[in-house]
Formats: sequence, structure tokens, C-alpha cells
Amino acid sequence: MAVTQQPKVERKWIGKSIRRVEDPRFLLGRGAYVDDITLPGMLHAAILRSPYPHATIKSIDVEAARSLPGVVAVVTGAEAAELCAPMPDFGPAPDKHVWRCLAVDKVRYVGEGVAAVVAKSRYLAEDARDLIQVDYDPLPPIVDPEQALEAGAPLVHDALGSNVAYERTFTFGDVDKDFAEAEVVVSDRLRWNRSGGQPLETVGAVAHYDLGTGMMTIHCNSLTFSHFLFMMANTLKVPSNKLDVKPVNAGGSFGSKFWAVKVAVLSGMLSKRVGRPVKLVEDRIDNISNCDHHGSDRVYYVEMAAMKDGTLRSLRLRTIDDYGAYIQFGTGTHGNSLAQLVGPYRIKTAQYQVQAVLTNKCQQGAYRGFGSEVTNWMVERMVDLVAQEIGMDAVDIRRRNFIQPDQFPYFIPTGNMYDSGNYEAVLDKALSMIDLEHWRAEQKRLREEGRYIGIGVISAQERSVFSATEFWFWFDEPAAKVTSSPESVTLTVDGAGNITATLYSCAFWGNSAETMVAQLVAEEFDVEPQNVNIVYSGSNRSLPATGPGGSRFTVMVAGAVQGASTRIKEKMFKVAGHLLEADVGDLEWTDGAVRVKGVPERSKPMAEIAAWLHLFKHSLPDDIESGLEASKVYDHPYTTMPSDDRTNLGVFYPFMGNACHIPVIEVDITTGHVTFLQYVAVHDAGTLVNPRSLGGQIIGGTAQGIGTALYERYVYDKDGQLLTSSYMDYLIPSAMEVPDLEIGHEETPSPFTVHGIKGGGEGGRMMTPAALSAAIDDALAPFGVRCNELPATPERIVNWIEEGRSRQPELTE
Amino acid sequence: MVDRHRIELVVNGETETQEVEPRRLLVDFLREDLGLLGAHIGCEHGVCGTCTVLMNGETIRSCITFAVQADGQEITTVEGLASNGKFHPVQEAFWEKQGLQCGYCTPAMMLRTVEILRENPSPTRDQVREGIASQLCRCTGYQYIIDAVLEAARTMSAGAETDGKVLVKQGAGPSSAEAAAQTQGSGPALEEEAEDASRQKES
Ligand code: FES
Ligand code: FES
Repeated sequence: MAVTQQPKVERKWIGKSIRRVEDPRFLLGRGAYVDDITLPGMLHAAILRSPYPHATIKSIDVEAARSLPGVVAVVTGAEAAELCAPMPDFGPAPDKHVWRCLAVDKVRYVGEGVAAVVAKSRYLAEDARDLIQVDYDPLPPIVDPEQALEAGAPLVHDALGSNVAYERTFTFGDVDKDFAEAEVVVSDRLRWNRSGGQPLETVGAVAHYDLGTGMMTIHCNSLTFSHFLFMMANTLKVPSNKLDVKPVNAGGSFGSKFWAVKVAVLSGMLSKRVGRPVKLVEDRIDNISNCDHHGSDRVYYVEMAAMKDGTLRSLRLRTIDDYGAYIQFGTGTHGNSLAQLVGPYRIKTAQYQVQAVLTNKCQQGAYRGFGSEVTNWMVERMVDLVAQEIGMDAVDIRRRNFIQPDQFPYFIPTGNMYDSGNYEAVLDKALSMIDLEHWRAEQKRLREEGRYIGIGVISAQERSVFSATEFWFWFDEPAAKVTSSPESVTLTVDGAGNITATLYSCAFWGNSAETMVAQLVAEEFDVEPQNVNIVYSGSNRSLPATGPGGSRFTVMVAGAVQGASTRIKEKMFKVAGHLLEADVGDLEWTDGAVRVKGVPERSKPMAEIAAWLHLFKHSLPDDIESGLEASKVYDHPYTTMPSDDRTNLGVFYPFMGNACHIPVIEVDITTGHVTFLQYVAVHDAGTLVNPRSLGGQIIGGTAQGIGTALYERYVYDKDGQLLTSSYMDYLIPSAMEVPDLEIGHEETPSPFTVHGIKGGGEGGRMMTPAALSAAIDDALAPFGVRCNELPATPERIVNWIEEGRSRQPELTE
Repeated sequence: MVDRHRIELVVNGETETQEVEPRRLLVDFLREDLGLLGAHIGCEHGVCGTCTVLMNGETIRSCITFAVQADGQEITTVEGLASNGKFHPVQEAFWEKQGLQCGYCTPAMMLRTVEILRENPSPTRDQVREGIASQLCRCTGYQYIIDAVLEAARTMSAGAETDGKVLVKQGAGPSSAEAAAQTQGSGPALEEEAEDASRQKES
């Protein structure tokens, strides 16, 4: 973990907002998404889903379905359990909360798959699916996460003996002392309901099991963790070297395609069963009800200790997180929380109790922020509460507590490190972009007219580049050692000097992965980014690759590109040294050529060196092999192990961005509708590779944050029915709900990453809920409204106002 | 046997004749029977707009339209936008302004843009915002899309002024006459359009 010193260099391509290299194919409608794939002889699958949240499967009658013309196979959960081992599961006790691609014996949530049909068309598959008769014996469901904790609650998994999949209290420092000495202690119950990524393209896979070779090839839009795919091979009962998962462009993910392997497993299982290629693409109801990627669903009981001057001392909390029916990633989302538990503030101690609860709902997965966005909301909500308690301004209390630029690298109480930052600069830039005085005057003026506008100011963290220890430090004796979550690249220079970069994960899912790689390669070799060819390798001959997630891809691939480039250049220097009759030490790389230092006439361009290497080996020294290709597996650059007693979790999420969001909103107190008057967002994600592309991520993330804060929620009623199973009920913001943002960038480079880059793809969504909650409080201060539950739907806002009025009768004329 | 209906329609200037089941959705017909993969499926409930194509120049949701309903009609998909190996100005503007991220909503968004600009060649930012609210995009937050639509309006009206050329082939019918009437300096536009259309048919 050496500090990579970044000399202030002029960069040719990094930092430029070039047009994205991946765009032309999408503009032409040739995105080559998974549903665009057709293989010879391909069949189509559809899944029958449970209408019950909790029920025993007594019997399944598939005869009518099987005999429908055009149907090739019907596979029940019980048959699938013979064809497949359980799903790969990183949860706390996989043998006690067993997760399968189709339910066996018992269904645990509405939408869980119970049988699959393979037919000549999707139409026929769905016809046959509707003919399957399942005899269910309904069981009482458990829906509320706090009730799930109670003795006697219905059990989601009998083998677990309780609905608590994981529980632990972590104490970092002398929390009791800080609370005893505090002059102010505020407490609250906060409720963050579940929403999800909901990319417009669902998860899909086309599998082809070749009986002749035993090869299982699966094209899918969710290839991550290529080095863990042996687990999927195990589920499919094929040798790991006979599984080839081929990455396909994804039409959005936002976390929800991160290791989304169930659809791939189902299509693979069905292809093996019928001996022909099988396509399975979720429809929207499949995806909403059964994507395995609902977001965090937390209740917090939280206290914050502070002094009267606004100094924050400590944070103590219990959180109950409703994981749904399974817990595939364990409590990784709380690892994210612990990575930035104290926000940008010098809070010295913290206590964190987590209870991961199982209920009869779709399980959690990943959604942009992976739990850290919830933490940001909780911390900022509590800081605002302290400020309110002591009568301090939102800006002042943040300034008073910021970690200062000269304090980095800074270790927070949990053990994680923040690499660099300048939080005051970010805040100041945001404040410079908005006329607060004007808005305060407007607020006053409009209140007299019975109109309510509010301003929210928050500053929060944007961790990037996870290390897998966050999935791992939960147990004193984890089941396995920890992976470094590497990312890899191969650079191949052909005989004409043209470069191809091979990526090993499903890198493109709406981020600008190819543009990033093209700009990074262009920077190394002084070529035009659009001339870098980018291809994807299947997993079968893959180098380790984790894929996008946790805002890691750009940072990690930059390390891989630099490493591979260094190897290519070393070889080119050797050849150039021979051709120029110069010592390698006397050579330098300039403008796409190797030259003798300071002697421009004595140089060899890359194309010429490449030609020598490909064609004229016999004219080169014996120890130089033909060809010009190099790979680099880039491991996480900064990870340390936790202490044995887990009072220090080590460094696991070190490249720490920061942002300040300031929305100005108006709340209609009659309808509860929120409209935007202005929205300023300043982000610091270290060195920018392509400012406009990051801008797009910030805006898109903010739009999702607006959804989370105001509209979106997967609603299960008290009987466990999913009420939001289409886009008519699950409300995704349209252009009318999302304002234009005014974006600013600060660039505090990371001292530990190549080029000083930090990840930034999730930041928008990690800030917006906190900022909007603050703005709602501010707008509705006359009613004493405290936004302590999201989404703040119109109904909820109107109720808060009513409650405020009933607390203060003088407000009701 | 299921009964099948013979339909004949013009898709991107080509006449297509096929037999389809009455229940076959237009989006499946376009994607699976004609191989026009630029029409995407997002929700299949008529909400998201990802499946939008132009029928006689007007946007429709192809996920809630049966193929038989397109019998005798003229359909334009994203594949009909670029011509002679060149991007349509709307495509160019979406690239220039980064009006896309994952690209999944993009074909539909661009076809809606064509319609918006035909109805109003120089819309305000607010009009564009309202205009594209029929289409969901989960990636972009819409801002750069609005930039792209305005950029397309600028380049298209500049193009129309300089050489009188309308670069999209519209469907026949009153809508394109209206559009022509609304296009600035649009005297020759209709003929140009017709010419353009026939050129495309030939190729
Ligand atoms: S797919 Fe047609 S409107 Fe969503
Ligand atoms: S660009 Fe991804 S949905 Fe619009």
C-alpha cells in the first residue's frame, strides 16, 4: 500500500469530457443486450411464481402444461433441486437459510419461483405456465421486521430457529464516556423503506449446454466476480472449467445486476435439461417481485452525543434491517455503513448494533450506495437534530466538525481510513453556487402568503472501491480467507500498433466503462481514445474480475491499465534499445514513441516497434519473444485486516469522496407535493477522468435519490402481498419530477490510487435523501415537521403537517 | 391451429408481409419477426415508453399494440433514423450531449424527440421536459437528454434553413403536412422529405 505520489502532470486525455466511445452502437439501436441474442434452436422459458408470501407446496400438477403443443419441458422446484445444488450464498448460515433457484416444499415470498416452463416461444411458455396447478397450504406470513424479532413469530426458515440471521454489537471506543460527558443527547427512530435499482432492462440470460463437449455457455448481463464463478458451476453441477459466462451489455443496473446469478442458473439448468439453448429474460413483474436486489430496509433507534458548542462526540445505534426471505450477501450493506459511519465529521466513538432479520419478502441485494446511502441519511438526520436542539445553523455545525485537510489519511473509529478530502472546500463551492440570502428572504416572504419553501444543506461521504473484508469481518472465525476483489485487463498491440483492451467482467451497464478504459489507454500510449478497441472475455479464460460495484471500476481498471501498459512499454523499450543501439536506461516514452532522451530524431514509434515484435523476431535479441501483449491483475491497493476482537475493522473502503447537496424546494401543504426551485450538487471524486460522464452519474444518481426520498417503495401489505408489482404502482421519477442540477466538482486526488482517481458512480443517490429530508424539515418548520421516514410521499407529508397542527392548535385557523 | 392473420405494413420504408397470431405484440413482431432489435421492452404495461416506435409519424407503445393493428400502417423504428451510413441529427445530438448512459431507453427517446421537434421545431426547455415525460429513463436524470433535444432542434432548424432538408422520413398523412407548415423556412421541406423517403426505399 505504498503511497503513489502524483506529480502534478499535464494529462492528455484524463480529465477531458470526450464523447463516449460506447455510444454509437446504442444510438443505432444495436446495443446487443441479452434479449437481442438468438441462438440456433433456442427455446424460451417462463417462471411460475408464488402468489402467497408464505405457504407449503403440497403438490404441483404439470400434466396439462406438459401436454400443450410447443412445450418442451416443465421443471418443478423439486426437480430443479435434483438438477442443481443450492444457489451460491455468502450469507451467515447458508445451510440454515437454504436458497434455491426454484422453491422446494415451501414458498417464502410473493413472486418466488416454483416451476419453469421451456417452450418454442415465450408466448407458449407463458400459456403453459398458466396451466400448472399448484396446491398450496398457506402459512401465516411475517412482514414487519420488528415483529419478526418477537418470540413466537412465524419462522421464515425453520432450520434457523429464529428470524434473526445475524446479530452483533460493535463498539468503537469509549462510547459510554462520551455519552456521559455529553451536554446534549438527541435520539430518534428513523425508518428507511425498501426501494430498488429498477433498470429499464431486466436480468436475462441465454444458456447453451453443449452435450457434445459438456460446455455450459451462458450469455448474461450480470457477470461480476469472475473468480467466484466456480460457485455457480457448482450450483449447475458442471466442472468450473466447462462454464463460460459471457458478459453482455446491460441496460442499467444500479447495483441490481451485481452478482445477479439466479436467472443465469435457471437458464443453464433448463438448457442442460432440454439439451438446447434456452433464453430466460425476466419481465417487469419478475424483476420487481423476484430480482433478489431490493435495497436496504432499515429501522434505526439512534442517539447522538454532542456539546452545546456543536461539537459532535459519539453515535450509538441499533438498526434492524429487513433482508427479506434470504440473505445472499450477508450483512455486507452494513459493512458499507461502517465504512463511513461518522460521515465527514470528527466523531470519536460509535456503537453499532445490527440485527439482520428475515421476513416474507424478496431478498435484498445491491442498490446504488449498498447501505451507505442509508447511513448518510441517518447521520445527517441526526446532525440536523443536534443543530436544531442547540439552535445552530446547518452549515455552522458541519464546519465545526469537519475532518480537516491536514488530518488525512484519517482513521475513523470503526478502523476504516479516509484517504484524502477537503470537505470545507466542497461545502464552500456549493454555497458559492447558491444565493442563500435570497432564498431565506423568499422563504420569509412566501410564508406570509401561505407558501412553504425549504433549503437543505448536507455534506456526506461517498466511499469507493470496496475491499471484500466488509463481507467477511462479521464473524470471529470467517468460513474462508478474504479476497482482494481484483480487476484485470489485457492489452494487446497488433502488428500495426493498434491496441485492443480485453475486460473480464460485465463492465458496461450504463456507466462509461469503455470510455474510461479508452481514455486511460490513450493517456498511456498517446493514441486517440476512439481508436482503442475494447472487447470482453468470457469467464472461461478469465483473469480475476469483480466488475462495477461499490464505485470501484474506474479506480481498479486504472490500476490494471497502468500495470499492463508498464509491461508493454518495458518490452517496447527493449526492442527500441536494440533498434536505436541505445541503453534502455537512456530511453523515454514521448508522443507515442520510444526515443533517446532529449534526442527527438532518434525515436521509434509504437507501430514500428509492434511490427518488429510481430513479424521480425529473428532480427531481435534471442530473449525477446514475438508478440506484444500484457495483462495485469490489479488487487485492491489498500486493505488491512481487522483486529481479532473486532473493535477495529481495519481499512476496507479507503478512497473517500465527499459531496454537498443543496436543494431548494417548495412543499404544497395541501397536496404534499414537492417541487424544486434550485438544486446544487458539488462532488469531490478525486481526479476526474471524464467530468461530463461523472456529471451524468451524479445527475442520474440524484434522480434515483429523489425517487428514494419522495416516491419509490416496494410496498408489502400486512398480509405480505406486494402492492407495487408494476410501474403503475412503483413510481419511477419522470422528467417532470427531476430538476436540472447545477453541478460543481472539486478534485482532491487520492494519494493511493493511480492518477488519484476515486470512484463516483453512486454519489448522487448517496446524498439526495438526506438533502431532501433537510429541505422538507426546513420548509415545514412552522409545523414542527421532522422527516424521519422515507419515502416522504405526498400522503406522508400531509400527515406530518396534520400531526404538527394537532401538536400546535394555534396553527389551525 | 391458432388462426393467423396476414398483415402488410411499411417498416422503415420497406414493405413487409407476414402472417401473425392476433395476440402477437407489435414489439415482438418488430424484434423477433423482423429482427429490428432497437425497440426494447421495459415494462410491457405501457408505462415506461422504452418500446416506443412511430406509427404514421406518431409515437405509440409497441408493447401494448398488437401487430395486426399495424396492418396497413407505416412504422419507423430507430433503425430508420440513420441513413446512408450517417447519423440522424437527433442521434448526433444525443451523442454530442451524452443524452444516454445505458442506451436502453435511447431509441425510444430519440423517436419521441423526432416527434416533439416535428410538432415544435424550436421548443423551450420546459416544453422539452414535458414532452419527454412520456418516456422513462432510469440512468440519466433527463438533464443531458433535454440538452440533446435542444441541440437537435438547433442543428435541425439550422439545417432546414441552409439546405431545406428534413432529415427524418415521416409517415404520410396530415401530421407531416402540419410539421412542414411549422418548420421554419420549410417551403421545400416536403419535397425534400419525399425525395429522402424514396431514396431510402431504394437503398
Ligand atoms: S415496454 Fe412498452 S411502455 Fe414499457
Ligand atoms: S440511458 Fe439507461 S435508461 Fe435511459
